[in-house]
Amino acid sequence: MVELVLPKNSRVQDGRHWPAPAGAGKVRAFKVYRYDPETGLNPRWDTYDVDVDACGPMVLDALLHIKNTMDPTLAFRRSCREGVCGSCAMNIGGRNTLACTHGHADTPGKAVQISPLPHLPVVKDLIPDLTLFYAQYASIEPWLHTETPEPQSEWLQSPEDREKLDGLYECILCACCSTSCPSYWWNGEKYLGPAVLLHAYRWLIDSRDEATGDRLDALEDPFKLYRCHTIMNCAQVCPKGLNPAKAIAEIKKLMVERVV
Amino acid sequence: MAESASARYRTALGRARGLGSSHHGVGHFITERVSALALIPLVAWGVFAALRLAGTDIHGASAWVGQPLNAVLLSLLIVAAFIHLRLAIQTVVEDYVYGFVAKTTLLVLNVFVCVLGGAAGVFAILKVALIGAL
Repeated sequence: MVELVLPKNSRVQDGRHWPAPAGAGKVRAFKVYRYDPETGLNPRWDTYDVDVDACGPMVLDALLHIKNTMDPTLAFRRSCREGVCGSCAMNIGGRNTLACTHGHADTPGKAVQISPLPHLPVVKDLIPDLTLFYAQYASIEPWLHTETPEPQSEWLQSPEDREKLDGLYECILCACCSTSCPSYWWNGEKYLGPAVLLHAYRWLIDSRDEATGDRLDALEDPFKLYRCHTIMNCAQVCPKGLNPAKAIAEIKKLMVERVV
Repeated sequence: MAESASARYRTALGRARGLGSSHHGVGHFITERVSALALIPLVAWGVFAALRLAGTDIHGASAWVGQPLNAVLLSLLIVAAFIHLRLAIQTVVEDYVYGFVAKTTLLVLNVFVCVLGGAAGVFAILKVALIGAL
């Protein structure tokens, strides 16, 4: 059955309190999930009192401030710091989002609570193991499939057909949506999840692709596709404002279209 | 989390592909929606009929069931409801129950109980309609 409580060795305990340095300006507490597999200890909540006057406005700025000035052992992923790469996806104030585009002042509650993306194995601190997520993405073969001999120049597409890819190609695979989806939590091994299905749809409606039928064949499955119950968490949390639930509904419509 | 040796050496893509697509699911999807569509008027009619029969005695009620249109619509209501129920319970089991044995046992049990419920319901309606309630 579905696990409703965490296993004993995953229960989060109270951790260390890191006070703000003397002479700090405006201070806000950041409650951060810490886990180090090498210690064999349970994960813990460390609280850092951050001088928010001394760091930038985004949660990622605060995390970098913590790492640079308070605790260099804190581990998290980051790269572009402008919402393009998707590396710093994490759960902030109970909501999956990108740390680099989410202001810490916009996070409700006394402390800014930060934990890794939910329901994934944790590598360390805020770093989840996304191996299966990426493999699921690879499994839908996210590239153009054609049999017609390649044209001299590029494959042509009408402006209208190109427009159909808007709202899909922008996905940065940050995994905020998939890891906010209860269906993906319960059946993540078999259900592809919203991000991967959004990409699957992006290739299904690409007018240049010649493998639409094969792609639909590969998706028609009670688990790969039909675990989506339009819970809509995906659309709510997407930091790029995309709607994976709608893309999945469109795939389901294509499935019906080819049998009626 | 403890993992078995075979799970440790399996590649991620192998895990993601798993046993591949079963190439079914759209039938379930369509039947779920068509049965829901059928149930909208049937349930509305059923509730309306039940309210009208509230003050009637057993002879009146059995005479009402005996009318051909009522017997047919009642049977359809029972059949559509159990088809829809079977699909819904199947979805819940697939969502929340893991393990091949537990899952298949519940899925088979679900079919048996729903078919039994439907058969008993239709038989009861036919009996009342053709022979009478008493």
